[in-house]
Amino acid sequence: MIQGVILFGVTLLQLHEINTLNLVLILLETVVFKAIAAPMFLSYVIKKNNITREAEPYLPNFLSLVIITLTIIGTTLLANSIKDTKLDKIFFIVALSALFSGMYLIATRRKIITHVIGYMVIENGVFVLSLAVGNEMPMLVNLGVMLDIFASVLILGIFLQKIGDVFKDVDVDQLSNLKDY
Amino acid sequence: MTAIYITGAFLLGGVTFFNQKEWITKVLLVLFALLQWLFTIYNCYHYNQTHLGYFTSDALGILLLITLSIVCIPVLIHSYIYIKRHNEKPHAGSVYFGSLILLFTSISAAYMANHIAVNWIFAELTTLSASALIYHHRNKLALEGTWKYIFVCAISVTLIFIGILFLSLAQGTQMGDLSFANLMKNSSRLNIFWLRLAFIFIFTGFTAKAGLVPMYTAGIDAKDKAPAPAGAILASLLMNMGFVGIFRTYKIIANTPLHHWANMVILISAILSIFVATVYMFKVMNIKRMLAYSGIEHMGIVMLGVVAGGIGYYAALLHIILHSFVKSALFLQFNQLYRVYQSKSIYYVGNYFKYNPAGALVLLLGFISITAMPPSGLFVSEFFIFRALFESKFIIILILALLLLTLIIYAFGKNILKILFTPPVGFDETQVPHCNPWESLSQYFLLILAVWLGLNPPPVFIKLLHDAVTFLP
Repeated sequence: MIQGVILFGVTLLQLHEINTLNLVLILLETVVFKAIAAPMFLSYVIKKNNITREAEPYLPNFLSLVIITLTIIGTTLLANSIKDTKLDKIFFIVALSALFSGMYLIATRRKIITHVIGYMVIENGVFVLSLAVGNEMPMLVNLGVMLDIFASVLILGIFLQKIGDVFKDVDVDQLSNLKDY
Repeated sequence: MTAIYITGAFLLGGVTFFNQKEWITKVLLVLFALLQWLFTIYNCYHYNQTHLGYFTSDALGILLLITLSIVCIPVLIHSYIYIKRHNEKPHAGSVYFGSLILLFTSISAAYMANHIAVNWIFAELTTLSASALIYHHRNKLALEGTWKYIFVCAISVTLIFIGILFLSLAQGTQMGDLSFANLMKNSSRLNIFWLRLAFIFIFTGFTAKAGLVPMYTAGIDAKDKAPAPAGAILASLLMNMGFVGIFRTYKIIANTPLHHWANMVILISAILSIFVATVYMFKVMNIKRMLAYSGIEHMGIVMLGVVAGGIGYYAALLHIILHSFVKSALFLQFNQLYRVYQSKSIYYVGNYFKYNPAGALVLLLGFISITAMPPSGLFVSEFFIFRALFESKFIIILILALLLLTLIIYAFGKNILKILFTPPVGFDETQVPHCNPWESLSQYFLLILAVWLGLNPPPVFIKLLHDAVTFLP
């Protein structure tokens, strides 16, 4: 049983690691926003909609654990096969595995809130990746990242709340009414 | 001027968003249309110049910007009619128009962006503004469509960002910034491994907007649930934006050893798109979704043109422009159709010629145009694309595409002829409202424009098309 709140903790931990690295001021700002504002907003949404902690996965949890472990091993092997001095390998591994686990979360969970969390895990992976790349990104891109996170999490949250209000149940199985006829 | 346009349009959008008075909305919309055209004309007179550092008025940008400005006017008119007829709360109307203006602005800015990150930011903005339009009806189905659209687009925008990161890895530190011009200048020195990854991610990301195979799904729901005038934008101009993103990246990769590999990736996506569209065309009963699937098919054809190369590039650009005109005309006509029958399902719709002859003629002409039958402009572009495929020895692909297109024409024709001539089941004739034939005028204009540009393109247009495909092998 993976709980939303625990994932917030994971996110927090993951992001605090970056915090200590303290690369650029604007990245730090993003971190503050990501580590504090977005989880708070999501937990507010969870409280408001009385979302329970059952994750309701499509696959059993043991299998999920195995799959995630395999993806991490796979990304490690992949990263080691890349011969590029510009790349920070640890970051690359973390980023890719976060990316894949986020996608895995989205694909296998039934609750919409876990989809949002999966999306945030992907975002965090991308963030780590942007550190791994290490290339000086222009200011504009950083601003763009902030806009992206801000807008998507906020909008996703708002609509999640709407879905909670309208459907009385936040489950993706509810969202299958759009058909071709 | 670019600065004036972007700030001005955002301001207009903001004011529209909060304004509840009808006459002020009217004034604001006219102001926006004027501003849009001023920006377009200004860019035409400052050909190939860079403004604000991040916006270049190159041939591809100008072509699509003119397309946008032309489609913009009928869309605004029909949106106004739509909002007025539906007697909604004033607030819903202002949100609609505010997001519409924001959507137009961000699409225009994305066309002109010369830096891949700027392009990306405006792509993100289109997701936000489009989602407000899709959620216009505020009901369960609209919510579902909006949710799916935002979610898929958010993921795809993230994928594009990953692609951009890989692109910056491919470039290394000493080659300057990530503007398209700079990347093309240095294309021979890019790292092949990272470039390959970057292209895969950027291509997959942009397919959500462009309507190609991996991520096309959300777009279909969006075009169905958005009000028809907004659907017209989503089905034409927004798809062009996705195409711009793919095409500009393709231009970079076309000058590297990866050209053939990229072609294969695009080819798979294109053929699958046409195939998916064919399958759904037979099944679909919802008129708007049928039009949306036809858009998927046309993007597939455009991508086949890009793969074929040579005259295919030219034809692909021509095709995408003509398709925008015809598809938006069909979407705009849908509102009149819906007013007559109060239903989207082909099953409950029929004998349209009897109730609204002017509109029915639009549907018939639009059908002839969109399936690329000879008098239409799309015939010319599709013919060139197939010729290019033939010349570059993609014979099997060509036969497969032609076969699928024939099936699509059959399915599409069956549905359209049912709408036009077969009497509907259990339809109460006494309640039919009168449709003003003048409302169809703008659609005739768009259709005729598509024919004219296809059969007898003015020299300036041809020159722009040729300029847009320079630097391609």
